[in-house]
Amino acid sequence: MTPEVTVARSLDEALAALARDGAAAHVLAGGTDLMVELRTGRTRPERVVDVWKVGELRGVREENEGLRLGALSTCAELLRDSRVASHAPLLVAACREVGAEQIQARATLGGNLGTASPAADLNPALVALGARVRLRSRRGAREVAVDEFLCGYRKTLRERDELIESVLVPTRPAHERQLWRKVGTRRAQSISKLTVAVALAFEGACVSAVRAAAGSVGPRTLRLATLERELVGRPLSPALCRSAAAACARADITPIDDVRSTALYRRHAFARVLATLLAEPDGVPACPPS
Amino acid sequence: MARVVGSRLARPDGPGKVAGTTRYVADLHFAGEWVGGTVRANVARGLLEAIERDAAFDFTRVVVVGPQDVPGANVIEMLTLDQPALASREIEHFGEPLLLVAAPDEATLQAALAALRPRITPLEPVFDPRASTKVFKEIRIEKGDVESALAGATRTFEGEYESASQEQLYIEPQGVIALPPDENGVVTVHGSLQCPYYVQKTLVRALGLPAEKVRVVQEATGGGFGGKEDYPSILATHAALLARKAGRPVRMIYDRHEDLAFTPKRHPSRVRIRSGVDGEGRLLALDIDVLFDGGAYTTLSPVVLSRGCIHAAGPYRCEHVRIHGRAVATNHVPYGAFRGFGAPQTCFAIERHMDHIAAELGLHPFELRRRNALRLGDRTATGQLLKESVGAQAVLERIAQRTHIDTHPWRAPKTTRKRRGLGMSFFFHGAGFTGAGETMLHARIALELDAEGRALVRSASTEFGQGTETLFKAIAAEALGCEPDDVLVAQPDTHAVPNSGPTVASRTCMIVGGVLARAGRELAARIGGNGPFRERARAFVRSGGDSRVEATYQTPAGLEWDDKAYRGDAYPAYGWAADVAEVEVDLDTFDVRVVRFWSAVDCGTAIQPQLVVGQFEGGSLQAVGFAQLEVVTTRDGRFQQDRMATCIIPTALDAPDFTTDLVEVPFSGGPFGAKGVGEMPMDGGAPAVLAAIEDALGLHVTRIPATPEHLLELWLAAHPEERL
Repeated sequence: MTPEVTVARSLDEALAALARDGAAAHVLAGGTDLMVELRTGRTRPERVVDVWKVGELRGVREENEGLRLGALSTCAELLRDSRVASHAPLLVAACREVGAEQIQARATLGGNLGTASPAADLNPALVALGARVRLRSRRGAREVAVDEFLCGYRKTLRERDELIESVLVPTRPAHERQLWRKVGTRRAQSISKLTVAVALAFEGACVSAVRAAAGSVGPRTLRLATLERELVGRPLSPALCRSAAAACARADITPIDDVRSTALYRRHAFARVLATLLAEPDGVPACPPS
Repeated sequence: MARVVGSRLARPDGPGKVAGTTRYVADLHFAGEWVGGTVRANVARGLLEAIERDAAFDFTRVVVVGPQDVPGANVIEMLTLDQPALASREIEHFGEPLLLVAAPDEATLQAALAALRPRITPLEPVFDPRASTKVFKEIRIEKGDVESALAGATRTFEGEYESASQEQLYIEPQGVIALPPDENGVVTVHGSLQCPYYVQKTLVRALGLPAEKVRVVQEATGGGFGGKEDYPSILATHAALLARKAGRPVRMIYDRHEDLAFTPKRHPSRVRIRSGVDGEGRLLALDIDVLFDGGAYTTLSPVVLSRGCIHAAGPYRCEHVRIHGRAVATNHVPYGAFRGFGAPQTCFAIERHMDHIAAELGLHPFELRRRNALRLGDRTATGQLLKESVGAQAVLERIAQRTHIDTHPWRAPKTTRKRRGLGMSFFFHGAGFTGAGETMLHARIALELDAEGRALVRSASTEFGQGTETLFKAIAAEALGCEPDDVLVAQPDTHAVPNSGPTVASRTCMIVGGVLARAGRELAARIGGNGPFRERARAFVRSGGDSRVEATYQTPAGLEWDDKAYRGDAYPAYGWAADVAEVEVDLDTFDVRVVRFWSAVDCGTAIQPQLVVGQFEGGSLQAVGFAQLEVVTTRDGRFQQDRMATCIIPTALDAPDFTTDLVEVPFSGGPFGAKGVGEMPMDGGAPAVLAAIEDALGLHVTRIPATPEHLLELWLAAHPEERL
């Protein structure tokens, strides 16, 4: 059955369409998830609200608290933005490995959050950056930490009349190291077997704060609490990198066998990748495929 | 002195494909056409009890075809007659066609398909070929006395090798448009296909029509790789049945999901090898057991097995050989033709086994191969005497010069996190049909002049990306003594071209091209004279000269084949090649990056060298994917990789840098010395990549695809202290 499609041209129109009674509407942004879902029949929405043309959801702004990214920011836009590059290199690194150029031109930040797939590449990056999502409805606006917002397998705290408006990435602390690694099935056009994102702050030689998250190794984007606990307050020695990564791989993730990989592989590759990532002397986010 | 052979002609099909103006079958439209679809079984094995019709749907809006509507025999004629066009009772595989529906538009079609619900009593399916009790084909090749030779060998070795299936993933999915009988009762099918006369044969049987009433036209075809050798016969039958009942043109263009889920892929294999060598590492005996999963119906499995078995001993001299092969039935979707046709599986096994022997003997893998390589005057496993055009030693020398693989310290210990490795393979591939196939087929072509003095090549050999049209222009121009632009190539159409056979088996250049060259020389002799060709040809036509030559394949003298004993000249000639792969394996992820890839190739004279290089690069990339990236698994008889999102093949970023060197050792029986090349590159890539992985990691991997998951498991078994 063909769904009823509302093409919203402004935020008001989009919110009005979402507030309408009846069946919940599916929000269409870049379409990189929804078009596939419609094709396979896994999702059969009765109503779709297309927000692609809503200008208020676009653009990057500097605010006092940090960088505000419009929900419709595409991977391609984020990749080209120098403010994002200096503020959240982790996010740029993640954007660069999403799909390939065609997908990057359509896939949006809001779409990654709204679909809430455990394999979404941008979500672990946002959690590691401590980002907050702003939701807006005709009832008003509220902000939720991305970590809480992504509450289950393809589940979020978004109410059915709410729209993901923007994401705030808090100002980057001085000397914060941001780490990113994606392991996919191939070097482009690949859905993740695992991803890991880490932001590390230092006081002297010791780690003072850590936020870390992982994708495709559990039912949702996972916060890596054991890793964070193991690292804080200690100098990042090679031995610690290895032991903390192993402890994290044992305790923080719940990988499964699926069509892309196996639980055994994911757990071991995760530990090995993470140990190497932490031990990288310069801590630059992983390089894109050459 | 060759003028056109060896040149670089522009491809006549190139501009349209690059600019996107080429019209494929999905781009064609016929007045009043409807769309067709298929009701399929949703179990791997069972008994069809009934097909219930949802009363809410108005079936007068559509046309439904069932087994009772098949006017001829309800079978898909290929090698045997075991596969029904539409199953009426026994269901043998998931997705087996049960009913066909034609509708005015896609929405109505989908609604009708959803309103037809098969009720099937499931039966216990067989998925493990080792447990199968039904054998499609068994082959025994015997030479010498294997058991005595093994008993007398200095060292003996054993190995077991497995390969999974592989999806062709041509760019254009399967598609045909069938027209209802015209005023003369002729049924026409336009389609994306490799073998127009195969399709015609199947239609003749199912429609109960004489061949002259069935016309099959090949439209521009976006890739095939063997995948459009057998399946178009099924799809064309379905569309023609619908068109006949609907009295309208019916288009059946599969979407990617239907194509991935239900069309044939490469045969999964298990090969066991026992070998014996003397003190110098010379092969004394080879005992090889080949098992292919054929899937639910015979399709092409017997001939795939045949090519697999004949190539199973590799390009090696060995006096005592036993090859026992079986292709068996399971309740998988039938497996079918894919570039290499059984040889990639057995080539992988013997090449991995040679590396195993080399490692055990402490002999360099290159040296082991050099010592055992077949030479001029040797006999192959089927007893074929190699009389000429044996490039075996030449390709080994060239690959060593190019890569220094012969002095590379293979399996030397390594300590870095990203580990580089080099590995090689050595292989041959018979060109043309196996055994007496070409003699029985009797390929025919026609060459004729038009009033403008241009030469028109009429053959059933199809262009699907490999360069048939360019090749034929080159061969005809060389033979006629004209310019390539003076040659036109007719669209393959069973009403307009003679049967030159299917476009398969690396036969287009050597076999059909050979017939074409002979026709060209005969026509040139008839025209005679000197000066510009077009003027002479025009004058010849004006003077009423017989401007059409038909030529037929003539088996080269001295070729003999005993199909019962599987002995003799299995192929008129072989191509020979050696590959070297360089990989980088990340010890954190076990991702294998194939960095560089070299080939040294003897395919006889290269009529168009850039086409040969193109075949090798493309085929090698498919082989690189087969080796470590492409995964095909089934659950309950259903392919799990049935979407582009899950069917992973290499992208341009996954492709290595290729270097292909041609070592031309001409064959007197081929056109201007040419042999075949289409399938050969598929044979060597996988074992070369696995040998390189072995060099990098020190792991002897015997299964493909060697995915990161598989490599990690092997690594943890060898390094248990790294297990979490």
